[in-house]
Amino acid sequence: MRSLAGTALLASAFAAAPAWAQQSPYAEYQRMATESAPIELFEIAGEELWKKKQGPKNVSLQACDLGQGPGMLKGAYSHLPRYFADADRVMDLEARLLHCMMTLQGRSREEATKRVEGNADKGSEMELLSAFVAGQSHGMPMRPGTAHAKEKAAYELGHKLYFHRAGPWDFSCASCHGEEGKRIRMSGLPVLFKPEYARPLMAAWPAYRVSTSKIVTLQWRMNDCYRQMRMPEPNFGSDVTVALIHFMTVTAEGAVYRGPGIKR
Amino acid sequence: MKRYLLLPVAAALAACVAPAPMGERPAVVPQDIEHITALLKRDFHERGQAKIDRIDLDEVQRICNLNADNPPESLAKPLEEAQMKAIKFPNGSLMGDWKNGERIAQSGRGSMWNDKPGVQQGGSCYNCHQLSPKVEAYGTLGPSLAGFGKIRGNRPEIQQYVYGKIYNAKAYSVCSQMPRFGHAGTLNEQQIKDLVALLLDPKSPVNQ
Repeated sequence: MRSLAGTALLASAFAAAPAWAQQSPYAEYQRMATESAPIELFEIAGEELWKKKQGPKNVSLQACDLGQGPGMLKGAYSHLPRYFADADRVMDLEARLLHCMMTLQGRSREEATKRVEGNADKGSEMELLSAFVAGQSHGMPMRPGTAHAKEKAAYELGHKLYFHRAGPWDFSCASCHGEEGKRIRMSGLPVLFKPEYARPLMAAWPAYRVSTSKIVTLQWRMNDCYRQMRMPEPNFGSDVTVALIHFMTVTAEGAVYRGPGIKR
Repeated sequence: MKRYLLLPVAAALAACVAPAPMGERPAVVPQDIEHITALLKRDFHERGQAKIDRIDLDEVQRICNLNADNPPESLAKPLEEAQMKAIKFPNGSLMGDWKNGERIAQSGRGSMWNDKPGVQQGGSCYNCHQLSPKVEAYGTLGPSLAGFGKIRGNRPEIQQYVYGKIYNAKAYSVCSQMPRFGHAGTLNEQQIKDLVALLLDPKSPVNQ
């Protein structure tokens, strides 16, 4: 699905990685993994799910409007998150896919979110669809919505959430992702409220995670960070998680989307 | 009377605060804290031991959030004193078993929604600190503690300081990024003593 030129672009993106990424002991490993990751297979599986008739209404997601019009996939991911008038809220890719599953296919939230996290043997519907849809924006500059009042509000909420300390361990996102040049164990910690860190990182989600042999999504990332922050669990696609994703994507605005990417 | 008239003005002013520039920490007012807390309660659900009341802030968290982790001395001092008063210092030696301390320092389990409640929790120490110089996979969010006891010795005042700091780092610096391991109920008295030994025992790998 992706051309050799795309692979070369990806490789050059890593070569031009910022200094902090080069310092990571995983940098070389990530560069090598990029050349042999099976991302295209996940994208193909996602495309099959996109076209598969499902739910009480027995229809596919092909009429789903991801912001560029029903069924328009090209560049759709690069303009997310954004405000959707039909739902009257800001949505990221996964919240929007869930919305389409519920409205178009007539599925319940409970059923559609029962298995949002897959495993190495079988990726989840959400993971595979995310890889497929995001891949259709490869090479395009990221331009999330910033004009609507609710988009502005989501950005500001995300900005404040990033620094909001809570829970038994007093953690916020910034407890780990707040200072430059730090790491947990051996993992480098991007400072995601700063454009120079957000741009290369946000341009690579969703991603194939080598250590778990599966696609990981931004909703999963928010969920797993809150788990490690010792907080209760965020609802899938909730305003809080979407606001954080929107805030970090706007911070990365203009970066050329080069995903689905690779994580260690 | 006049005060009541000013309230809507103050609220309007707070709502008009310009958004923080990109790349900087935004200013936060009490209404933001209330709004965020309410949203978190609406958008999160309890799972395992991680109940919804974990979203509620105590005074330390509230003051740190409102002051970008740098409150004025007039707010910080009384809070630090109150946190210090709540530390339960055991009598006698505070030095436990450094071997068990090393295990606690290595373990990052505990308090998460997928951890079994009641099982001994870890301190996640290596996530943020260098301790034994032999362990290469250490984090750098906190200062290196390699050779901690070698430099400082292990007299009672040092033991007391280390025990207190692990029990409640906010008693020493109110917006410290370090969790309050004793105060939060993550580590028990014996576990904290074992960590004191890990840092201060001359035989501990930290001091080799």
